[in-house]
This record gives sequence, C-alpha cells and structure tokens, in this order.
Amino acid sequence: MSDTPAPVLRAEGLVKTHHGEGAPVQAVRGVDLSVRQGEFVAVTGPSGAGKSTLLHLLGGLQRPDSGSIHLDGACTDAYSEARWAIERRRRIGIVFQFFNLVSNLTVADNVELPALLAGTSAKRARAERESLLAELGLENKARSMPGELSGGEQQRVALARALVNHPGLLLADEPAGSLDSKGTREVMRLLTRFHQRGQTIVLVTHDARLASTADRVISFYDGRIADDAELDGTGSPGTGISSVLELKD
Amino acid sequence: MRLPLLALLAHGPAHGYELKQDLEQLLGPEYPQPNVGQIYVTLGRLEKSGLIEGEDVAQSSRPNKKVYRLTDAGREALQVWFEETSVESRVRDDFFMKLALAPRTGLADQISLINKQRRQYLNTMRSLSKLATAENRDNPIANLLVEGAILHLQADLDWLERCQEELE
Repeated sequence: MSDTPAPVLRAEGLVKTHHGEGAPVQAVRGVDLSVRQGEFVAVTGPSGAGKSTLLHLLGGLQRPDSGSIHLDGACTDAYSEARWAIERRRRIGIVFQFFNLVSNLTVADNVELPALLAGTSAKRARAERESLLAELGLENKARSMPGELSGGEQQRVALARALVNHPGLLLADEPAGSLDSKGTREVMRLLTRFHQRGQTIVLVTHDARLASTADRVISFYDGRIADDAELDGTGSPGTGISSVLELKD
Repeated sequence: MRLPLLALLAHGPAHGYELKQDLEQLLGPEYPQPNVGQIYVTLGRLEKSGLIEGEDVAQSSRPNKKVYRLTDAGREALQVWFEETSVESRVRDDFFMKLALAPRTGLADQISLINKQRRQYLNTMRSLSKLATAENRDNPIANLLVEGAILHLQADLDWLERCQEELE
C-alpha cells in the first residue's frame, strides 16, 4: 500500500457555506473524494447542487470552511492565496464556462502568458504554444484576438492555455455550457483525446452526455456525493445500446 | 420491422440479403441490425398476409433466390403507415413500476434503484455518444437516430434527478 503513488487529488470532509443576502446556503456538505493519476472523473447533478463550488474548492479558487485538500499527497491547508496561484500555474489547469481569455491579448499571447509567468523561457513558451494550437486546429488563429473567434474556438484556446504548463490535473467547469452542439462535441473529443494521453481530468457538468465521456461519474445532489460509478460503456447485459436503437416488430 | 421492409421494397423488387444491405446503408454499419434470419422470417409473414409476393429466381451455380415485390395491398399498408402519426407510450415504464412498488415489498430501496438505473443510463449514453462523436461520420440520417436516443436518455436522466429530489 505504501508504494502506491499518492492520489493526484484527495479531499476530506470538505464543507462550504455561502453567506449571501438570504439565509446561509450549505453548498458543499462533507465531501470526500480521491482522484488517481490518469483518471477522468465527471461530477454531475442539477444546477444549484454545489458542484461548481466543489470544483472551486479543489482548485483553491475558494477556501473550504472545514476539511482538507491534498495535491499529490501534499496538504494544502496552510497554503496562502499566492501559493494557490502558483499551484494553478504548475499543477492545476482550469477551463471555465465563459473561457475567461484576456480580451486585449492575441490568442498566442493568451496561451503563452501562463508559461512565461511560470518561468518558462520565451522560446520554449512559443514552441509549446505552437504545438498546442496546431494540435487544437488553431494554428492560423494565433494572431487573432479572442473576440474574433467563435465560442468553440475560444474554448479551445482556453484549453491550450490551461495545458501549456503540463499540469498534472485539469479542472473543467461546465466547459461546454455556453457552446452549441458542435462546440460541445469538439470539447468532448478533445477532453477524451487528452485523457487518452494520460491527462487527469475532473469535469463538472450538468450535461449527462458530456459527463458520459468520463470513466467515472459522481452524482452530486444537495452538496453531497449521491453516487460514484465507474462507466464501462456497456450497460447491463441485454439492455445497452442495442435495445435503445433496436428496430422493433 | 415489417413496415420498414415494405418501404424498402417500394423502391423496387429485392431479395432478402439486398434488403439487409439496404438497411445497413440507411442506418450505418455501427448500428444494431436485424440479422438475415429475422429478415427472412418477416418476409415470410409479409408474403403470407399478401403484402408482398415472392418469386424464385434460378441461379446457375447456387440455389434459387427469392425476389420479393410489393403488392397493391402492400402499397396500401405503407400508405396507411405514412398517414398515421406515430404514437409512443411515455407512461408505461418498467423502472417506474419498480420505484413505485419497492417500498411495499421491502425488497429494494428507492434511492439504490435510482442510482443503479442512473448508472445504466450513463453507460448507454457513453456508448451512444461514442457513436455520435466518432470521426468520419457522414451519414446524417443515422446520426439523427443516435441524437434522438441521446435526447430521450437525457430526459430519462433528468427525470431520475426529479425522483431523487422527491424521494430523498
């Protein structure tokens, strides 16, 4: 047991309450979660179930009221904001529903910026950017401004930016939430491709179709994990895909 | 499968294996297809009820093959099929019965039933979206079939969410 590598991410007893204008809302109420190297995990559930808050806690964008988060076995409880910012540059990449690109920087600069901030040489940052944009089919958009791109293209740029420092963990918060069905399929295809190459991914989505691209689906209700299931894509015998598409009579 | 086979024959006479190939071309090779045996059985029934007629055609080096053509009665049945709107039951649901009756039996827990069913739907969804996102898919009709199945499943999953909210 001692020589198994520590999980990429381990959360214990996470609790988070939002204090808004009305009564306090317990968005996350006691979550234990462990994500191993190379896993693709989707967290799904109705809106308002607290899944985005959970993802924000896992990426250090919000701090839990109680509970702990370990990254690669290291406890983050004492991390400052600045330390979390460094982790989000090196160890954790994040994509959001609304892309959050810097609107007055070119596509190329948006992707290179986190590499430069992490201390990568300009030459190396450029090479990384070129290969990622080529991989994502955006090589001829490098000089464009984000506002000139479609939503699907902007999300691909955001994905390149999140992956430019080769983070061990990719967090995705409703990455297809503002895309049409073509853009959604594109995101599904890319996440699958990066996962097949060994990328560890935690995806939060209300979209069951997107969630079903993951190997493990966590159903999140009312701030708690209601179910945690490995998907094998076969379903129970005799009731899988063939009964859905079967020609009757 | 009776009416789809009639519809394929409306285009012109064909033998059983040709019909199987036509279906495959329509739906795409990845989709679950009726096997040749099922097609021959259905063709036999259609012939018995006078909707198609079979004619043995001699082949030089092989056994005879039977070529079927649509009869007037068959054409009429097809006409009726296209005129009727398609009604599918949305309330007869095996899972619903399990969920509704579980508490009385003491044999199953509702939340476990919901979780189990959700896993089933998600696995089916996974297979379907693999089909839908497979690259080089160029059969729009077949894609629509998969899209439809995905949307129905999505609704089933949403409904499970409602059940969970209500029963937990």
